[in-house]
Amino acid sequence: MHIVVCIKQVPDSAQIRVHPVTNTIMRQGVPTIINPYDLFALEQALQVRDYHRGEVTVLTMGPPMAEESLRKALTYGADRAVLLTDRHFAGSDTLATSFALSQAIAKIGNSFGSPDIVFTGKQTIDGDTAQVGPGIAKRLNLVQLTYVAKITSIDLSTRAITVERRSEGGTHVLKSELPCLITMLEGSNVIRRGSLDDALRAARSEIVKWNAADAGIEDITKCGLRGSPTVVKRVFAPTPREQKAVQIDTVEKAVQEVADELVASIFVNQPALEHELSSTGSVSR
Amino acid sequence: MGTRERKAPPSAQARASMKKDLPEQFRDYRHVWVFMELERGQVHPVSFELLGEGRRLADQLGVQLAAIILGPRGDSTFNAVAEAFAYDADLAYLVEEPLLTDYRNEPFTKALTDLVITHKPEILLLGATTLGRDLAGSVATTLLTGLTADCTGLDVDEDGSLAATRPTFGGSLLCTIYTLNCRPQMATVRPRVMRMPQRSNKPIGRIIRHEWRMFEEEIVTKVVGFLSDDRSENANLAYADVVVAGGLGLGAAENLQLIKDLARTIGADYGCSRPLVQKGWMPADRQIGQTGKTIRPKLYIAAGISGAVQHRVGVEGADLIVAINTDPNAPIFDFAHVGVVADAVSFLPALTEAFTRRLASANRLRLVN
Ligand SMILES: Cc1cc2nc3c(=O)[nH]c(=O)nc-3n(C[C@H](O)[C@H](O)[C@H](O)COP(=O)(O)OP(=O)(O)OC[C@H]3O[C@@H](n4cnc5c(N)ncnc54)[C@H](O)[C@@H]3O)c2cc1C
Ligand SMILES: Nc1ncnc2c1ncn2[C@@H]1O[C@H](COP(=O)(O)O)[C@@H](O)[C@H]1O
Repeated sequence: MHIVVCIKQVPDSAQIRVHPVTNTIMRQGVPTIINPYDLFALEQALQVRDYHRGEVTVLTMGPPMAEESLRKALTYGADRAVLLTDRHFAGSDTLATSFALSQAIAKIGNSFGSPDIVFTGKQTIDGDTAQVGPGIAKRLNLVQLTYVAKITSIDLSTRAITVERRSEGGTHVLKSELPCLITMLEGSNVIRRGSLDDALRAARSEIVKWNAADAGIEDITKCGLRGSPTVVKRVFAPTPREQKAVQIDTVEKAVQEVADELVASIFVNQPALEHELSSTGSVSR
Repeated sequence: MGTRERKAPPSAQARASMKKDLPEQFRDYRHVWVFMELERGQVHPVSFELLGEGRRLADQLGVQLAAIILGPRGDSTFNAVAEAFAYDADLAYLVEEPLLTDYRNEPFTKALTDLVITHKPEILLLGATTLGRDLAGSVATTLLTGLTADCTGLDVDEDGSLAATRPTFGGSLLCTIYTLNCRPQMATVRPRVMRMPQRSNKPIGRIIRHEWRMFEEEIVTKVVGFLSDDRSENANLAYADVVVAGGLGLGAAENLQLIKDLARTIGADYGCSRPLVQKGWMPADRQIGQTGKTIRPKLYIAAGISGAVQHRVGVEGADLIVAINTDPNAPIFDFAHVGVVADAVSFLPALTEAFTRRLASANRLRLVN
């Protein structure tokens, strides 16, 4: 069985700072990581491979330095890594990104065997659209299973797959067929610590590097900025609230006194609430 | 690459003056559409929030607002049509087909795409729910049009284009995105991000039935079961009127009981900041913020939460934000309305007691009157 996992290298947004004066992003020194949501997809892929035998290919589209993320994925136990990199991809929105990735996946299929499952993360922490997965599925005409919390069973002889999919207010159990595209839900598993063997192998491995032409992309106008129907017209900082919080004075007061004052202040601000709370509070739950 | 946040190159400014350059085949795309999400027979409230937004956009553009309803013939679709009119839709496009009972990507994508190609909307809005995001991505890719996900602001600019604003860089900045040269302009919005509009009693509007057929054998995926969340444990946090939440400042998992006690006393729902979910102190569906739930309660009480921007974006719509934090410089005091610099662990029980006393006396007064 052959599984392709799409991973993206992203800036560790926990460490991003916005310049207080110019409102621009201060990227310098911000470390990059594998998009945390993609690790759930990668671990799930590795588990399926370990159980059913086969290979996991990780794929990323990004600048040359995205190679780091691929090597990291190899240390976790992925078998092969493909880096799709070309300046023509710069400025891609989700439509252009899913176009390029789907072309590369088709090429991976031709070169290394047609994938039975393509995994993506639920979303990225920088793009944060959750749209690239569905975009790839549509373009490759794969069945799409999003927000999958659990793969219940895969039967390779009948090519049947059963999954639990998170939906509003519950979980749907879906029965479908391979090949399919799965976007994995967060918290579904924990990425393994790679073995020493994998670490050594990762250091030695050749990363497959493709530009647009290598990936079989003939029409460059479908890529990058030109292939993107959306454009970002403006980036700006949120307007700060004019007034800071009104502080309840706590100096030399008993805690109960402060609490009473807070409650009074809440109901001064929201008079209607007192009525509602007194009719719902304590009684209802 | 592949991100939306990169700074627009200079040419984008020029490209964004667009309506006049719109390719011929898109010139007659008109009207604003809202996809009505049906969840086991009920309309998801996000659809009403979108109708509110859609109404405003349609009025600005001088066009009509249409509700899109896909489902089996019956009470639930009929009710959705009536509700759409009550929330001020001018017309409803209705596809009645038994295959559309449970949401599945294939038939919904095909039906909605077919409807768009036939009736040509200029704007199409969907809720950023698991269903809406699943569907929107497929439809946009099929139509090869632009889609802006998780918008927090929608507007029409001078030349009639949709200006869709969304957070970027983990919520620290906002960006405004345009769809060029393609129609419809698609956007998703998370539940509770937009205000719930007034429901009127306008009972009528125009219904346009759209004939569309597909056969079960053509659909690969089958729904074989549904496991409902335990309702009592999992109240509807996003739509609660009063919410109490705890953060890392509570110090220990057992102190979450203080949050639950307060919540029970005032009939509130409760939630938390992300680290508590990561520590396993609370389930993921209690997380409030950018990667959790957006809430819009009348009262939000945050205890031991620093107020990071990712948390802030999920609570800013609250009418009144109260923060309890030991650090007078905590960022949460920049956007809370009322603050108390105090140790939440000792203050929360006092607050619960203060509410109890106050509400008891209010109840007594009511009995007397
Ligand atoms: C991509 C991304 C997405 C994210 N999404 C979310 C999200 O959806 N929701 C979310 O909440 N976070 C999210 N975060 C995390 C966010 O950046 C913050 O790390 C998080 O909100 C901090 O949680 P906290 O306020 O509970 O903890 P801390 O930041 O550690 O703050 C604890 C606060 O408690 C105060 N305190 C300490 N002791 C006491 C006491 N005894 N009594 C009262 N106060 C006390 C401290 O002064 C401090 O202000 C996200 C981060 C990233 C990078
Ligand atoms: N440049 C990229 N390279 C590889 N995979 C990507 C890329 N961008 C997005 N993805 C995949 O698509 C998923 C959804 O991304 P997004 O639509 O940006 O939220 C991610 O979790 C990745 O698995």
